[in-house]
Amino acid sequence: MGALFEEASRFFTYYNLIFLGQAFAYTALLSLVGCLAGFCFGFGLALVRNRHIVSFAPARYAAVLFVELFRRIPFLVLLMVVFFGFQLAGFDASMFTVAATTVALSAAAFSAENIRAGLESVHVNQWEAAEAMNMGGLAALRRVVLPQAWRVIIPPSMTYAVGLVKNTSIASQIGVLELTYAAKILNQKGFSAAMCFGTILILYFVLCYSLNAFAAAMERRLAAPRHR
Amino acid sequence: MPHLAIDNLSADYGDQPILREVSLSVERGEIVSIIGPSGSGKSTLLRVLTGLLKPRSGVVSIAGAQVDYTSARTLRAVRDRFAIVFQQYNLFQNMTALRNVTIAPVVVKKRDAGEVDVEARALLAKVGLSHRIDAYPDEMSGGQQQRVAIARALALRPEILLLDEVTSALDPELVSEVLDTIRLLASDGMTMIIVSHEMGFVREVSSKVVFMADGKVVETGPPAQIFDAPQTERCGDFVRRILKH
Repeated sequence: MGALFEEASRFFTYYNLIFLGQAFAYTALLSLVGCLAGFCFGFGLALVRNRHIVSFAPARYAAVLFVELFRRIPFLVLLMVVFFGFQLAGFDASMFTVAATTVALSAAAFSAENIRAGLESVHVNQWEAAEAMNMGGLAALRRVVLPQAWRVIIPPSMTYAVGLVKNTSIASQIGVLELTYAAKILNQKGFSAAMCFGTILILYFVLCYSLNAFAAAMERRLAAPRHR
Repeated sequence: MPHLAIDNLSADYGDQPILREVSLSVERGEIVSIIGPSGSGKSTLLRVLTGLLKPRSGVVSIAGAQVDYTSARTLRAVRDRFAIVFQQYNLFQNMTALRNVTIAPVVVKKRDAGEVDVEARALLAKVGLSHRIDAYPDEMSGGQQQRVAIARALALRPEILLLDEVTSALDPELVSEVLDTIRLLASDGMTMIIVSHEMGFVREVSSKVVFMADGKVVETGPPAQIFDAPQTERCGDFVRRILKH
């Protein structure tokens, strides 16, 4: 224990704190950009799959194909596919772009399923009542169905997002300097594994915990009350 | 010329025919009730009229103009003339009673929110629910929910009100409050098509009763004919069986 305190004084230097701070920012940014882009894209996919919104069947099949395919590819494999995909397309993308795209693609496929489940949890008679009143599909979605669906959509989406934050550590494989990679580097510089990984463990926890707090706030804000 | 004329209307669920060449006419101010055994196509007829189910063939005309159910534009126009009240109320669960009534006039018909609010409160008072204006559907009894649903339908100012087994999901002691509300509308001269199993009520309020079975109209006539002197064996059997208890 004493050794750990002694090491801490050498570990938490100005330079190392900046280094870890940057890595933390990378992990946070990667998670945030990936999740946000993925959620928006997944939302679009879920709408395309919904027959109350889109009646064009081929579009629906394309959305199903995307979701079913990307949900089944392991994150690391997807990362490589995107990495080489960008290379093949002759697109000089930064490693961060590659990682963020991977996170977004994966998040899109999983969010689409969560959102679809949420929309389907709302009884079809709610759509019909709206339709019979001449409310268009999008108006019914916004005013009737979504307020009832958020309660079902948000919890699994956030569970997934937390999983995704942890998955971003895989981006270290292609050299994105996020938390896990930073810990490895510090470990190689001679700091103890307990110190390096213990520190990023706390940082991951802080990130995921704030994500959960954010989710709870979103749920309070978006989900419609059913009681006074 | 009748206000609503339905001519040889057929509709399917998948490849299952549900309505077979149904013809029916409704005059302005008339109350037409549809009775018949379960699965006879009564509710389906109302769903087709509001465009929730596309007809396979047949012609529906309102005020002499033929309705094209395949065109989104004319479908919107026809839905403006009808309002439907469902068996399961189908109130928007995320809205209070008042909001349920005001939403479509404000959002769909783009009417002035203040004016709609006054009208909605008056409608809720009419159905006896002034004290439940801020209640959510979950907090109301079935009878109260159904009366909100009726107020919501009236707020659309329909020419024809469609009532789809509106008391079938209610506890017996709550049926009369909903029927009283419909009687009130009848005395206002509202044109209605009522699908119901409440035979006493049907007999009392209807100007015309339609007996349907197997997706077809079997017999049409004034209540006295249908209930006391049915012309077809099928209708006679049904009425005898249902009036026995």
